[in-house]
Amino acid sequence: MLGRTANSLFWMFRYLERAENTARLLEAALRMALTRDLATAEAEWRSVIATLGLQAAFEANHDSYDGLTVWNFVLRAPGNPANVREMLGAVRFNARMARTNISSDVWEAVNDNWMKLDKLLARPVGQTAVGELLASIRRTGTQVHGAFDGSMLRDEGYHFARAGTFIERADSTARILDMKYFLLLPSLSYVGSSLDTGQWEQVLRSVAGARVYSWLNAGQIEARGIVEFLVLDDRFPRSLAFCRNALRDCLGALARTHGVEGGAVALMRDSDTRISHLCVDQIFEAGLHEFLIDFLARNAAIGRAIAEDYRFHA
Amino acid sequence: MQARGGTFDEMFDEAGNTRPAYAEYCRWFGEQPPELMRRKNREADDTFRRTGITFNVYGEDAAEERLIPFDMVPRIITAAEWRRLSRGIEQRVRALNSFLYDLYHRQEIVRAGRLPARLLQSNDAWLANMVGFTPPGGIYTHIVGIDLVRTGPDEFFVLEDNARTPSGVSYMLENRETMMGMFPDLFSRVAVESVSNYPRRLARSLAACVPPAFTGGKPVVAVLTPGIYNSAYFEHAFLADQMGAELVEGSDLRVTEGRVQMRTTRGYKPIDVLYRRVDDEFLDPLTFNPDSMLGVPGIMDVYRAGGITIANAPGTGVADDKAIYSFMPEIVEFYTGEKPLLPNVQTWRCADKDSLAYVLDNLAELVVKEVHGSGGYGMLIGPTSSKREIAAFREKLVAKPDNYIAQPTLALSTCPIYTAKGLAPRHLDLRPFVLVSPEGIDITPGGLTRVALKKGSLVVNSSQGGGTKDTWVLKD
Repeated sequence: MLGRTANSLFWMFRYLERAENTARLLEAALRMALTRDLATAEAEWRSVIATLGLQAAFEANHDSYDGLTVWNFVLRAPGNPANVREMLGAVRFNARMARTNISSDVWEAVNDNWMKLDKLLARPVGQTAVGELLASIRRTGTQVHGAFDGSMLRDEGYHFARAGTFIERADSTARILDMKYFLLLPSLSYVGSSLDTGQWEQVLRSVAGARVYSWLNAGQIEARGIVEFLVLDDRFPRSLAFCRNALRDCLGALARTHGVEGGAVALMRDSDTRISHLCVDQIFEAGLHEFLIDFLARNAAIGRAIAEDYRFHA
Repeated sequence: MQARGGTFDEMFDEAGNTRPAYAEYCRWFGEQPPELMRRKNREADDTFRRTGITFNVYGEDAAEERLIPFDMVPRIITAAEWRRLSRGIEQRVRALNSFLYDLYHRQEIVRAGRLPARLLQSNDAWLANMVGFTPPGGIYTHIVGIDLVRTGPDEFFVLEDNARTPSGVSYMLENRETMMGMFPDLFSRVAVESVSNYPRRLARSLAACVPPAFTGGKPVVAVLTPGIYNSAYFEHAFLADQMGAELVEGSDLRVTEGRVQMRTTRGYKPIDVLYRRVDDEFLDPLTFNPDSMLGVPGIMDVYRAGGITIANAPGTGVADDKAIYSFMPEIVEFYTGEKPLLPNVQTWRCADKDSLAYVLDNLAELVVKEVHGSGGYGMLIGPTSSKREIAAFREKLVAKPDNYIAQPTLALSTCPIYTAKGLAPRHLDLRPFVLVSPEGIDITPGGLTRVALKKGSLVVNSSQGGGTKDTWVLKD
């Protein structure tokens, strides 16, 4: 496979994941804004922008954090070059670049959804339309992954695509967790503090984990349990542990088909020895924020190493 | 222009009776509820958009992708007609390859006084560094598109030879897929020659032309595209995909160890056969246009040293030249020793004084084309042009007569298209696709039918608003 094609598959799935995660984040915020008071709602919209790292761009264009402004900014504003419309465009662009290495099913799932969503996102998104639109963006991910699983050859292209998916997903979960933790526990230790359970539930909702978490924990919402779930529970497909396992599998499969282990495998091993044995108490002791920052840096470094190992660029 | 009285319609004869080739189709059509046909017609566009069969329009927003309009009424050719056509096409393509070989070697045809040497000297597509070089397998035009027009029951003419980089074959294939998807019952009633193995035949044809440096095993074939913003990117990706070849861009390639190699996830890997959809002048910045980012520096040296096969061979564009075209009857006869089976359209070379005088006197009746033009650009269609347009064109023509040829305005045949108001006749042409390899000449039954969508229009080019039809060759 061409290095350029591998790059396209990797980024096609990163952007797909990013669009989906962004939609989930907005859906969770939307729900919160509907159920809480105005000040909480504004804080929630502010945290969405902060989680996405868009404060500077947002504040250059807007003075207040109301929902309508925030979701339009995140979804489609030209003043925000990292908007969801651009992400979906990047998914399709990369799919076209890699057209000879994806199945027609995958291409049609991408193209169908893009045609529909690009048109919807060309105009401002109002209060009544936003819910259905966010669901459609989320479903785009579901459909593309479904077509992908059902029709793609399990060769290197498959692993590049999955590596992109899990690097992006881990990045997203870690950022959401870090942002909430930062907002909720500016200076406190987690033990025994009385927490805004609604806010923690919000974290779970943003990563589609609310239902399954309360099922596992009989409805008990508490910080320690949530962090353990999102960081360490390798059964939950959006947890950091799950993403790391999946990424480790991808790197292993790539190394086997290529007959060499590159820098990415080495970085993965290094981070395994540093973090995979940690339990939740140790993470809190050393600081969740510090843990997450370290995790994000390692995750990003593995992504760069894959590009290097497999000659994504000339 | 309006079709003149006497225009040949492919579906109906002068008395309005259905011609035999269309009999079963018309019976079927008559049985379909009109509302169903209207709905199918709307759905066709969606099918093309979803599968991404689009083309980018030059000069417009890069994001702009358009569909080539598809008409759901097929163009039907009988088995007997096709046999006759394919003999003529094969003869012509054989002659083209011999001609190109001769031009870049001893130039016997010039020595024999059958072709003026000045036509080569003034030809922009002539490549001096192909002189004395024989491409692998002796093949210049691996893929050829021959543009045919019809004016009567037995009157087919060659309008143009596309020996450089003929495009449109993906539409031939997708039109058929779309038709079969839309009207499966139709294909159970009419036996139509299949076109779907074209990509396999192309792959085999290309693999049969490996260069001397080929080291054995399975030949590595790649399609070179100018990139995602090229108007024909869809076709490049489509063909690569269907052939199981890599789709490469100039930035993926480099020359090392005497081979052209592509950057794969496992390192650089040599390419044996490159089906390039990049024009000669952009192929090698060291040899041609130094600013080109689309090609591969040094590829021409590798080519001449036997390290790669380039399809079509550089320099084949010489044969697309319309001044050369006017000599095709002589060229066919010179190399095959036979009379041409497919006639040319009568052509006046404006470089000749007498012809120029005739053309200037009759501009309002003629079609005048640039010698190197293509895509329907830079031409004058006398009967549909205003006095002012004709006067402006006259000035260009007088200033540079060598640059033009003229032809009579042909009464191109028509075939009905589907419109909201029912079937309506429109003019069309036909581009069969021909594969040439050391193993022989292979013509896919049918080809791409291009159809003018505007009533009376004779311009079928997609860049000028033309559409396409599925083309059927009936089984005996």
